[in-house]
Amino acid sequence: MAEVVSLSGIGVCAGVAAGPLLRIADVPALPPMVAVTDAEAEVARASSALAEVVTFLERRADRATDETVAEVLRAEAMMAGDEALLDGVREHVEEGADAVHAVSLAFGAFRESFEAAGGYLAERVADLDDLRNRAVAVLLGQPMPGIPQPGHPFVLAAKDLAPADTADLDPAQVLALVTEVGGPTSHTAILARALGLPAVVSCPGVLAIAEGTLVLVDGATGRVDAGIDQVAAEAAVRGAAEVAAAAAALTGPGQTSDGYGVKLLANVGSAKNVPAADEVHAEGVGLFRTELLFLDRTREPGLDEQVEAYREVFSAMAGRRVVIRTLDAGADKPLPFLNQEGEPNPALGVRGLRIARQRPDVLTTQLAAIAEARAQTGADVWVMAPMVSTITEAATFAAAVHEAGLPRAGVMIEVPAAALRARDLLGVVDFLSIGTNDLSQYTFAADRMCGALADLLDPWQPALLQLIGICGEAGRAAGKPVGVCGEAAADAALAPILVGLGVTSLSMSPRALPAVRAALAGVTEADCRRLAELAVAAPDAATARKAAIG
Amino acid sequence: MPTRTVAVGSASGLHARPAKIFVEAAAAAPVKVTIRVGDKKPVPAKSMLSVLALGAKQGTEVTLEAEGDGAEQTLSDLAALLATDLDASDG
Repeated sequence: MAEVVSLSGIGVCAGVAAGPLLRIADVPALPPMVAVTDAEAEVARASSALAEVVTFLERRADRATDETVAEVLRAEAMMAGDEALLDGVREHVEEGADAVHAVSLAFGAFRESFEAAGGYLAERVADLDDLRNRAVAVLLGQPMPGIPQPGHPFVLAAKDLAPADTADLDPAQVLALVTEVGGPTSHTAILARALGLPAVVSCPGVLAIAEGTLVLVDGATGRVDAGIDQVAAEAAVRGAAEVAAAAAALTGPGQTSDGYGVKLLANVGSAKNVPAADEVHAEGVGLFRTELLFLDRTREPGLDEQVEAYREVFSAMAGRRVVIRTLDAGADKPLPFLNQEGEPNPALGVRGLRIARQRPDVLTTQLAAIAEARAQTGADVWVMAPMVSTITEAATFAAAVHEAGLPRAGVMIEVPAAALRARDLLGVVDFLSIGTNDLSQYTFAADRMCGALADLLDPWQPALLQLIGICGEAGRAAGKPVGVCGEAAADAALAPILVGLGVTSLSMSPRALPAVRAALAGVTEADCRRLAELAVAAPDAATARKAAIG
Repeated sequence: MPTRTVAVGSASGLHARPAKIFVEAAAAAPVKVTIRVGDKKPVPAKSMLSVLALGAKQGTEVTLEAEGDGAEQTLSDLAALLATDLDASDG
């Protein structure tokens, strides 16, 4: 029996899972070019690597249960086996390139014409890159990059995951995520939460665990046990499931034990997430992220396409509140059609509402689309802008929202300047919503993607809580709602403190909602205020947590 | 050499599914067929990557060319396929 090795990282999505650990292979780096002596042999090597990629994709297509997925894989297989591609490889070999470089160059030529064609084809460039990387890996004798497809459930380990990787995960096959780097508020962590996968980030040593080792992952504590035996793993998973089931049994609107109401809302990216919100009895949507519609696009989505996407969510949430956020791009979410390259420090650059300084039309179109979708569905639509720093920005935004015929305008509190002026902001807008991820980043000057600074990004940091308290007080004074839609809202232990600070709604990944509802049901409003005072007065995050949880 | 010029009928253009159906049909044809847009270089109709790289949208006029036994019939069949909205073919 192998020895049990315990690793510790930052738990970013609660849940306990056990399974064999498999790693995601890195994209292969091109080695230096070698001189070609036998051109025919070199072409044959490239050809057989491409054939291997074709076989791999066809086998995956045969295994796919979803017909659309199977069709996409078959189309990819056709591309990898394309004669024109091999012609390109041959040309490059004849010009002196070795097999690896010839393959890379041949894909590069098609990549260029796809990009030049724009639109749909430009979006397919990622497919070509994927095929190229697979063929190059085969030629170098390395495993093909990408999420492993072993045909059985597993725990996925990686240095870090790109949002595209996580979006492509099959939650039926992937039991948990563990990454060596990455912060608790990175988009990878957020996506893991949306998929409800137990996840641990910033876990040094995870890549040293041998492939296939049974690991137990606790996404709440951040503990990863490798080499544990099957019986112990199963017992741990079963125990955690029982606790979660007890929380899920509680339904109804959010409230404290003495009946103080706190709206429990869901964060969604599209209508696809609405069933998950319904399952946990969310009272509406507290954050509808619209950027998913814009990501990876070389052209701005048109008015009609936007109306359709918004209408889907509004209809699915009929009769309930939907807080929709206007485009939040820039920084770690660059959009090709905005041509934002070249900013020295994008996190401090033109992002969120600031894009309207350069491209007011993007905001106007979006507001028109939201208004149209609202008119068609009659949903209780609230609109808010990301990255607002001044009263002028807020007033201008509110005017544009009202101009578009939309009744409720709000702003996100993501920078300290906005939090400090919460009272003035509420003089010009109808509500505030605190984005704790960005507010942490800007308050502590710690990049949210930087795992090494995870302690600064801890939502229990007293300075962060104090800023939230300023917003909550302003809300109480003005009689206007103040929500939290950052990941802090998903922390069940923190929920009573946020409520005590004056927050009136919490919006989170649906998976986190039952535990938050249960946490609030266990305290009175007075408890919340007392705990909030203790937490804000604490000298550091660890003490704040300890004071509140005991 | 026999040619046919036809406007692409598929809603998404000669992309994804429509391209795959067309390329498969061209690969199964008894003669070698080329396809081009306007005066640009003709490319093999049975090459998925080359057909995609044409960037043909709905309404783009493409020209097919082939020679040999059955060329006329092949061109007619493929032209008819291109003119159809293949995105809508299986509802």
